[in-house]
Amino acid sequence: MFATVIQSLCMGFLKSLEIFVLTLLGAVPMGLLISFGSMSRWKVLNVPIKIIVWIVRGTPLMLQLLLIYYGPGMLFGNNIWGGNYGGRFAAAMVAFIFNYACYFSEIFRGGIEGVPKGQREAGQVLGMSDREIFFKVTLLQVIKRIVPPMGNEVITLVKDTSLARVISVYELMWNGQSFLKSSGLIWPLFFTAVFYLGFSGILTMLLSELEKKLDFFKI
Amino acid sequence: MALLEVENLYKSFDKLEVLKGISFSMEEGETISVIGPSGGGKTTLLRCLNFLEMPTGGSISVKGEKIFSADKPLNLREIRKNRLRFGLVFQNFNLFPQYTALQNVTLAPKLQAKRRPDYKKSKKEIISEIEESGKKLLGRVGLSDKLDYYPHQLSGGQQQRVAIARALALKPEVLFFDEPTSALDPELTDEVLKVIKRLADEKMTMLIVTHEMRFAEAVSDRVLFIEGGNIVEQGTPEEIMRNPKEMRTKKFLSGYNI
Repeated sequence: MFATVIQSLCMGFLKSLEIFVLTLLGAVPMGLLISFGSMSRWKVLNVPIKIIVWIVRGTPLMLQLLLIYYGPGMLFGNNIWGGNYGGRFAAAMVAFIFNYACYFSEIFRGGIEGVPKGQREAGQVLGMSDREIFFKVTLLQVIKRIVPPMGNEVITLVKDTSLARVISVYELMWNGQSFLKSSGLIWPLFFTAVFYLGFSGILTMLLSELEKKLDFFKI
Repeated sequence: MALLEVENLYKSFDKLEVLKGISFSMEEGETISVIGPSGGGKTTLLRCLNFLEMPTGGSISVKGEKIFSADKPLNLREIRKNRLRFGLVFQNFNLFPQYTALQNVTLAPKLQAKRRPDYKKSKKEIISEIEESGKKLLGRVGLSDKLDYYPHQLSGGQQQRVAIARALALKPEVLFFDEPTSALDPELTDEVLKVIKRLADEKMTMLIVTHEMRFAEAVSDRVLFIEGGNIVEQGTPEEIMRNPKEMRTKKFLSGYNI
């Protein structure tokens, strides 16, 4: 039994890991785009984006998962996701990426706006182009600013991956809970905790390593 | 011919007019101090001359070549090119915190060098040349022993000296200072003023916005008193500091113990 459980949990963990990695890969660039949009001077751009960010951050991710997966089919009679497992996974990824992109965008915005105006101006009077100023002057200062809040979000994401089970994505929690339902076993659930703790522990170590790497300068 | 010719410069922010027709010229090697009360337009003038703000009227010429005219707006490229003729030292230094003193000085020259047609061919020589002249510049401001220090490891006075070296690295034709010692503790101002004084002796063309009256008197060839967006009075330090003609100049200077 033990081997069966561990094997199943490992499979679930791989799925959780997949959600985790794909969410980061999608949400970081998308978050950057959203942050640029919300910092835009054009009201037609920044107002709608701010409203969307407010809605996404103001409602549970679980609700968004349900609406994104069931919404198109139930409201418009057109289940764009298809009925199979791949469709559910795709819907989950859309929800996760969009949700996390909105959170990231606020962190990026704070990081970018937190760089003193004088840094940019110093670059300008030294004849640098906007591109050079961004890559050579601003970027590293932004990264230093956003590492701690991004670290929080990343750790939260580890645990949020478990929400995907509401649309039957077979991740770690789903697999752990399945033994409760099928065999009345509670201990597999404790083992899911070991996976989450181990993974977030590794991430915590990597993040503090990164913070140390950026410690050579002060802002 | 004057090195720098500023004619009838205006700047408004919405309805607020900050510069109301500033005209003056600078000869090569001249040091000019700009004094006046806060909010009088001194800093705005410097920011306009460096195109951190766009003047709303008037023109700027360098060696007879018009580099700005309000009726012909510049594109970004031209602005960037024109900026290289000037250097600006900020009140708050604005050093780049993630770079050492030497890297702060060499960053802009290295980026400029990439635009040279022979960059690819003689990259090594160009870079080492820039490094050498960066070290020399830091030596000139008395920081040879701090090349590899990051800004947060330096005192305010040292940071400002790095900032001066950084501005000099692009060999500007005119160097502007925006209250270079206002953010410094009194005991640190001297080391910065000494560096500026030395530059004046070496005939660097400089325009210094300052509240250090004694220093302004000692270092400048000419003093401009700016208030309410106008040059109220200008002349030699002796004329302005000791025998001001205008009531407003007298009133302003009476607040200082010269």
